[in-house]
Amino acid sequence: MGFRFDLIAEYIPFFLKGTMLTIGLSIVATLLGTVLGLGIGLGKMARKKPISLLFHCYITFFRGTPLFVQLFLVHFGVVPLFIGHTNGILATIIALSLNAAAYIAEIFRAGIQSIDKGQMEAARSLGLNHVGAMKNVILPQAIKRMIPPLGNEFVVLIKDSSLAAIVATPELMYWGRAMAGNYFIVWEPYITVALIYLVLTTSMSLLLNRLERRLATE
Amino acid sequence: MIEVKNLKKSFGMNEILKDINVDIKSQEVVVVIGPSGSGKSTFLRCLNMLESITGGHILIEGLDLTDKKTDINKVRTEVGMVFQQFNLFPHKTVIENIMLAPMKVRNISAQEAKEKGLELLRKVGLEEKANVYPDSLSGGQKQRVAIARALAMQPKVMLFDEPTSALDPEMVGEVLEVMKQLAKEGMTMVVVTHEMGFAREVGDRVLFMDGGYIVEENLPKEIFENPQEERTKAFLSKVL
Ligand SMILES: Nc1ncnc2c1ncn2[C@@H]1O[C@H](COP(=O)(O)OP(=O)(O)OP(=O)(O)O)[C@@H](O)[C@H]1O
Ligand SMILES: [Mg+2]
Repeated sequence: MGFRFDLIAEYIPFFLKGTMLTIGLSIVATLLGTVLGLGIGLGKMARKKPISLLFHCYITFFRGTPLFVQLFLVHFGVVPLFIGHTNGILATIIALSLNAAAYIAEIFRAGIQSIDKGQMEAARSLGLNHVGAMKNVILPQAIKRMIPPLGNEFVVLIKDSSLAAIVATPELMYWGRAMAGNYFIVWEPYITVALIYLVLTTSMSLLLNRLERRLATE
Repeated sequence: MIEVKNLKKSFGMNEILKDINVDIKSQEVVVVIGPSGSGKSTFLRCLNMLESITGGHILIEGLDLTDKKTDINKVRTEVGMVFQQFNLFPHKTVIENIMLAPMKVRNISAQEAKEKGLELLRKVGLEEKANVYPDSLSGGQKQRVAIARALAMQPKVMLFDEPTSALDPEMVGEVLEVMKQLAKEGMTMVVVTHEMGFAREVGDRVLFMDGGYIVEENLPKEIFENPQEERTKAFLSKVL
């Protein structure tokens, strides 16, 4: 029995649909995770100890437990608590965003702390307040340094979104499993799915490389 | 215009400034000398609250920096600071470095900030460098830009923390020249430096610090030619 290209062709519409959802989930979770991550990163750097500790706990929890477990907690616990029933897409977005935010918070913190403290002092000595100094002096420099690790995190997030298949979110991996179950085949669906993920992650890397170069020459 | 009374500063258990008392008059140039670790930088940084004060008072034009009601950002606009390591903003051009604070803090228009900035660059002899990034400047040029940047806020006092210590010897002169000019124009200045020639020529008064105290203060000529304290003598014999 040869490789069944015909079955793959049959499933192309589903893979396309799944890919669109994977891209959608990734974009939404990336944006939410980045915004949350910035807040959490700044929170962890807060001078007040209890506040800083709170964010430290958040980061420790989400980096120290499996995303798989977090997804189940959100899917079967948190989401029904709020809307009364499960919702795969919602649970996936929440779990991915909260998880990515923990990693992104550390990227932000490291980026900000990598800037020489003389920069902050110079800005403050000119009369800028803390927020003004952050916005005009520290962040513009820190963001350049954050792009490579952020890019990594976005690639990880795209790959991690495949876990959503377990909670019946009809993204790319979901259709791979559907095809495998339907025809009792392994290679065709999973190699196809793997290649599509590869295209997505490679595109993301290329995009970020380009952004990095653009910023470097500015 | 600056009154320092019983100033104390500790880092944890480590008391760095023990009891500093000094009055600095308007248009005076005060030079601070002393061995490494004696607290010179800490003293200077207290004057614009880059370090929080442990005890005592600092009054700038009658405004008490230790008073919670005092707007520290407002005070800092009146007190310019020049650092040993320049601390120019590397992501901004020379003119942008100078324009930033006037625009963000004083809400001056970009055009006005630019005109004033170019004027200051002319004053420090770097007008043609307005649109380059700090990375392409020599150390002496960087420090002159840093001075122009601080002057852009039109401060009443300028603090200099070893402004020439990070420079190659051949560039020290150009920075000292700018500072001399500033002193001549009547700027109130507090300068931590190892340049004894500058202290003698430009300083109105020299403070010798050691171990967290001002051990001796006097006219430059007196300090250098006729030091009273043993510790001053020992220090000067090493540096002169
Ligand atoms: N942020 C800090 N935390 C803890 N200790 C500090 C801090 N800043 C300075 N010190 C200590 O305070 C002492 C005085 O430092 P300071 O920088 O004021 O000395 P200085 O007279 O400027 O010396 P130098 O000539 O080497 O610049 C030093 O022993 C230093 O280790
Ligand atoms: Mg020092």
